[in-house]
Amino acid sequence: MPGDAGMGDMADLNERALAKYRNDFLREVEERVDEGHWVKMCMQCGVCAGSCPFGPHWEHSPPKIFLMIRAGKREAVLTSDSMWMCTSCYNCVVRCPRKLPITTIMHGLATYAQRLGLAPKVQPTRDFSIIFWENFTRTGRANEMRLMLRLWFKEGFAAGVKKALSMRDLGLAMLRTKRMSPLEILGGHGVKDVKGFQAMIRKAKEIEDRRRGLSG
Amino acid sequence: MADTKIAAYICRGCGLGERLSTGQLAKIAEKEGKAAIVREHDFLCSEAGVQLIRDDIEKQGATHVAIAACSRRAKTEAFHFPTVAVSRANLREGVIWCQPDTDAAREATQEMADDYVRMACDELKRMKVPAGNPDAARLRRLLVVGGGVSGMTAALEASKAGYAVTIVEKSGALGGWAAKLWKRTPAHEPFREPADTGVAALVAAVEADPNITVRLASVIARTSGAPGRFSVDIAAESGATATEAFGAIVQATGFTPYDAAKLPELGFGRSPNVVDQAGLEALARAAAAKGGPIRRPSDGGEVKTVVFVQCAGQRDDSGRHLPYCSGHCCATSIKQAMYFKDANPAVDTVVLYTDLRVPGNGEDFYRSGQSKGVVFSKGQVSAVEPSGDACTVRFRDLILDEDTAIENADLVVLATGQVPNAGVDIDQVPQDEPGQWRPDSRSVLNLAYRQGKDLPLLRHGFSDSHFICFPYETRRTGIYTAGPVRRPMDIAQAVEDATGAALKAIQAIENAAAGRAAHPRSGDLSFPIVRLEGCTQCKRCTVECPFGAIDEDEKRYPVFNESRCRRCGTCMGACPVRVIAFENYSVDTVGAQLKAVEIPDEFAEKPRILVLACENDAYPALDMAGMQRRVYSAFVRVIPVRCLGSVNTIWISDALNRGYDGVMLMGCKHGDDYQCHFVKGSELANYRMSKIDDTLKQMALETERVASYEVAITDIERLPRLIDEYAAKIGEIGLSPLKGFG
Amino acid sequence: MAKKEYAFYPGCTSHYRGSASNYLVSVESMCKTLDVKLTEIPDWNCCGASVSYAGSGELARHVINARNFALAERDLPGQDIVATCAACWLNARETKEQLGASAQLLADTNEALKEAGLQYRGESEVRHMVEVLIEDFGYEALGEKVVKPLEGVKFAGYVGCQTNRPFGIAGESFENPMYLDRLVETMGGEALTKYEQKVTCCGGALAVSEPEKSQKQIKDIVESAYDHGADMIVTPCPLCQANVEIYQADVNRKYGTKFNMPVTYYSQLMTVAYGGSAKEAALDGQIIRATKLEEIAAKPAKK
Repeated sequence: MPGDAGMGDMADLNERALAKYRNDFLREVEERVDEGHWVKMCMQCGVCAGSCPFGPHWEHSPPKIFLMIRAGKREAVLTSDSMWMCTSCYNCVVRCPRKLPITTIMHGLATYAQRLGLAPKVQPTRDFSIIFWENFTRTGRANEMRLMLRLWFKEGFAAGVKKALSMRDLGLAMLRTKRMSPLEILGGHGVKDVKGFQAMIRKAKEIEDRRRGLSG
Repeated sequence: MADTKIAAYICRGCGLGERLSTGQLAKIAEKEGKAAIVREHDFLCSEAGVQLIRDDIEKQGATHVAIAACSRRAKTEAFHFPTVAVSRANLREGVIWCQPDTDAAREATQEMADDYVRMACDELKRMKVPAGNPDAARLRRLLVVGGGVSGMTAALEASKAGYAVTIVEKSGALGGWAAKLWKRTPAHEPFREPADTGVAALVAAVEADPNITVRLASVIARTSGAPGRFSVDIAAESGATATEAFGAIVQATGFTPYDAAKLPELGFGRSPNVVDQAGLEALARAAAAKGGPIRRPSDGGEVKTVVFVQCAGQRDDSGRHLPYCSGHCCATSIKQAMYFKDANPAVDTVVLYTDLRVPGNGEDFYRSGQSKGVVFSKGQVSAVEPSGDACTVRFRDLILDEDTAIENADLVVLATGQVPNAGVDIDQVPQDEPGQWRPDSRSVLNLAYRQGKDLPLLRHGFSDSHFICFPYETRRTGIYTAGPVRRPMDIAQAVEDATGAALKAIQAIENAAAGRAAHPRSGDLSFPIVRLEGCTQCKRCTVECPFGAIDEDEKRYPVFNESRCRRCGTCMGACPVRVIAFENYSVDTVGAQLKAVEIPDEFAEKPRILVLACENDAYPALDMAGMQRRVYSAFVRVIPVRCLGSVNTIWISDALNRGYDGVMLMGCKHGDDYQCHFVKGSELANYRMSKIDDTLKQMALETERVASYEVAITDIERLPRLIDEYAAKIGEIGLSPLKGFG
Repeated sequence: MAKKEYAFYPGCTSHYRGSASNYLVSVESMCKTLDVKLTEIPDWNCCGASVSYAGSGELARHVINARNFALAERDLPGQDIVATCAACWLNARETKEQLGASAQLLADTNEALKEAGLQYRGESEVRHMVEVLIEDFGYEALGEKVVKPLEGVKFAGYVGCQTNRPFGIAGESFENPMYLDRLVETMGGEALTKYEQKVTCCGGALAVSEPEKSQKQIKDIVESAYDHGADMIVTPCPLCQANVEIYQADVNRKYGTKFNMPVTYYSQLMTVAYGGSAKEAALDGQIIRATKLEEIAAKPAKK
């Protein structure tokens, strides 16, 4: 399911989006990004940027991203590393005087960038996000043990072993305190109706793609 | 003085009886104050206490009443005896509440009280009950100059209150700038859509109002007189002139848009596709008349991209353009962008701003613009480059911090500011000599006043008004400004402004009729009386009066116009031969007070510091310090003055000659952001005191012996500190060498 | 007081031998004292947490949350859903709000849910366990059950992000919520109300993907607790608990600090105050042992 669209499909999607919206990136965002219709309401006060725990690590702060969207800087926005810096702390959301759901918009921009294949290739949160999605949609529930192993070994076996060794103190502690179970590697817990669960997600994606003009 | 009978009352309430020897005070009132009636009372402001005084006035024939109790600012209703002269000795806020209740302080506290009783009695002897202005007149008719939204609103409001109005409008039609707009920014909930200007309805209401006379294509050729009796020559374009009489005047002469031709770098004049906001309104009206969208002026082509350049030629710190913000232009650009978006959402509208300022409910309107897809970018425009039918708008993106451009703009709208139509700047043009007065075609009011033909300006050509306390007041009593001639503003603000100005004008008419002062000494019946036989025609009073109240006759003698006077006493402070006085406030009333203070000899080690405190801010601040029981030096003796402008330097030299060790002058802030209730009083006082050093040197005294302070009514903590610091400084430089010679 | 019943949404970390299994154990002990019956929503699924967005747009995420509502409505009708995990609560509540606000989103969601034979009707409320404690019991009632007041223990109440924003607990401020401090005081402990890192982000899921950046956050959170003289940190969020506790060793390595600050759940200290054993409070689940709580748990009850 995660590999719904291969690289070729992504490039194709991007080409079609460019053709459809030409220079109107704001409209593209409004139609295709979660809560994108809020972007135009930003008044550039900067409170969100100043409230972000990872603020210094954002190359483009949220108000900048909103401004870039309005200025049609499509590629700069979608290839930006910044949205992936969101920790989902919602501090910006509660402080925004215009009540923009900034967290959701940032997630939505990341989703869209990923969908078009424009998201930065080397981005640890992007990797984690994909792995997490695959992890919990496989059984309906997140499997922490498998998640950790996938993460550690994502750059190959040797790197994984090294990472696992560096984490062994913590791992042992988690085992000792019964907050981790090696048995989870073998399938682990999940929903009973995995089939229905996955079918409904497929359907949701299909509906959303249709609504957003992203269907093939 | 034969008919003077002084009655003195010593209150023992509020702790006065416990803290002071009131018996001693009574003795002083009787022996030194020469009071024929002296009474102590436990609760003087009670009904019984007040009745006691009333009986003495009515049955015993008391003509002058000294009340030794609380501050003159307290219990004003109880101690209101309009038929007699009244003085107040401030024993409560000014003595027991600002001195510690200790045995060590007892003596100095009593000395303070003794002096204040002496001062109140001696002041009284020089006071008379004001007889009122013999020149009072009441014309219940209002002149409104300018027939725009502000003028029409002022006229309608005054009419509703029962006053007849004449509107004089220079152009051939009512409506002003608002009539040239296609729509206005909204004034009502939900503040989302451009609204009808409402001008047609306003014009219809004015025309239908039997109380309102409209004179179109007319100007003011001459204005003379005073509140209650202005005489105005109204000259029509046709050449006919009519003279009419009015009680008060509202000047609502509006603004002119800043000349965009001064902005060639922004493309104005280089392409018909670059317009100012007024130009866009004209395009919108023309398009609406044709029933189509706004077209590109150069070729009638379709408009796909419009760029609005905010702060064009305003908020400029280079000195070439307007330095200020005109307030309405951001909302106006949002409104104009909606002209396009509402007709066709596919039109790109970009507002380039440095700070988006939408006062009032403009925030909702701004959101509405954003909802409609108007794009707002924070950018400083450097150039608009026309090329063929398109323009390139170059700007610095202030968020992304980069130079960028919008290409292919079909229309560029420059948000230029408002320039007030305030007539001539009287400080910049020579004045006609008495008897040689001629009208000036550039003037709005053509005032036949000694100080000039139009209202004094403050900054940037806007008329002077007391921004904090009395915004509608100008420096010409009975003449009020409303709308953008006063400060930059939009229609909603102008309507409010005009309503306020109309009500102030009505108040002026009624005050003039009763012979009373306008603000801030509302109700005061005293007015300056000049002893012309002593006058040296030095003209200082006519030049320095902040309100242009004093004209000159052909022999250069001052001619006082009582109804124009605000009773500040600046003329009295200015007069070198001291021939100007009020019946209840004069060089003598203050002089008598400062002379009444007992100056201990040099061996007593008790300095005496005279404080002349402005009654508007400094004196209330001292009272409040007392209310908060803030302690300050017992060596000060405070005399309230109407304004520091009324301080005559003779008081300073008298005080120093009598052996006072120092004089503190406490007045309001002066300068462009002045707080002085009489606008120029504190500034003039400051100027006069800058010259006092020479006098001090002649007297062989240290310059520190006279000190001036700018004090605000909020300086409740600071004032006691200033006093104590000054007392300490006097301690350092030592007692005055002039003691015992006075 | 009559037994209170809720549909329970434990979330992925709280299952047996999950990283927040100590949270689950202590919540169950606490609920026993309070006579609360929690019935697990049969076949509940993951809420998507905060970091699954690379995999889908918002509709799929609303659908998975709607599925839990649909299950609860079908199998546990009339019961409020109670979540203990901040993210589970936030995501479910977000879905409930969005579906309530948009007829189209609601229709689309139900169209997708049909694939699993389910329907969302919007009848159940979702609440955080803390809301249940404060609103359905109240501090006074919670205090009445205390048999071992946590006297002399100083707690830095670390509320974190998602129990506080964007929804938060009704009546509390986003910048300085007081409920955790009040809970601590209700249990007889000393709340360090001036603890200024109360609502600082621990890095959340990015503690995994951006460890260095997150550990800077965690350092601030722990350091301030030390500065205020805390014996331990207490939190309502499983991710906060895990991040702030398990990365202290990494922080020590990186910054040369010697942090060893226990990080507990409110449910653990309530269990102890209610007379529960260390095991019932799942204190054996602490990587950094909360010795002061263990000591109290070992003492006999005062009343």
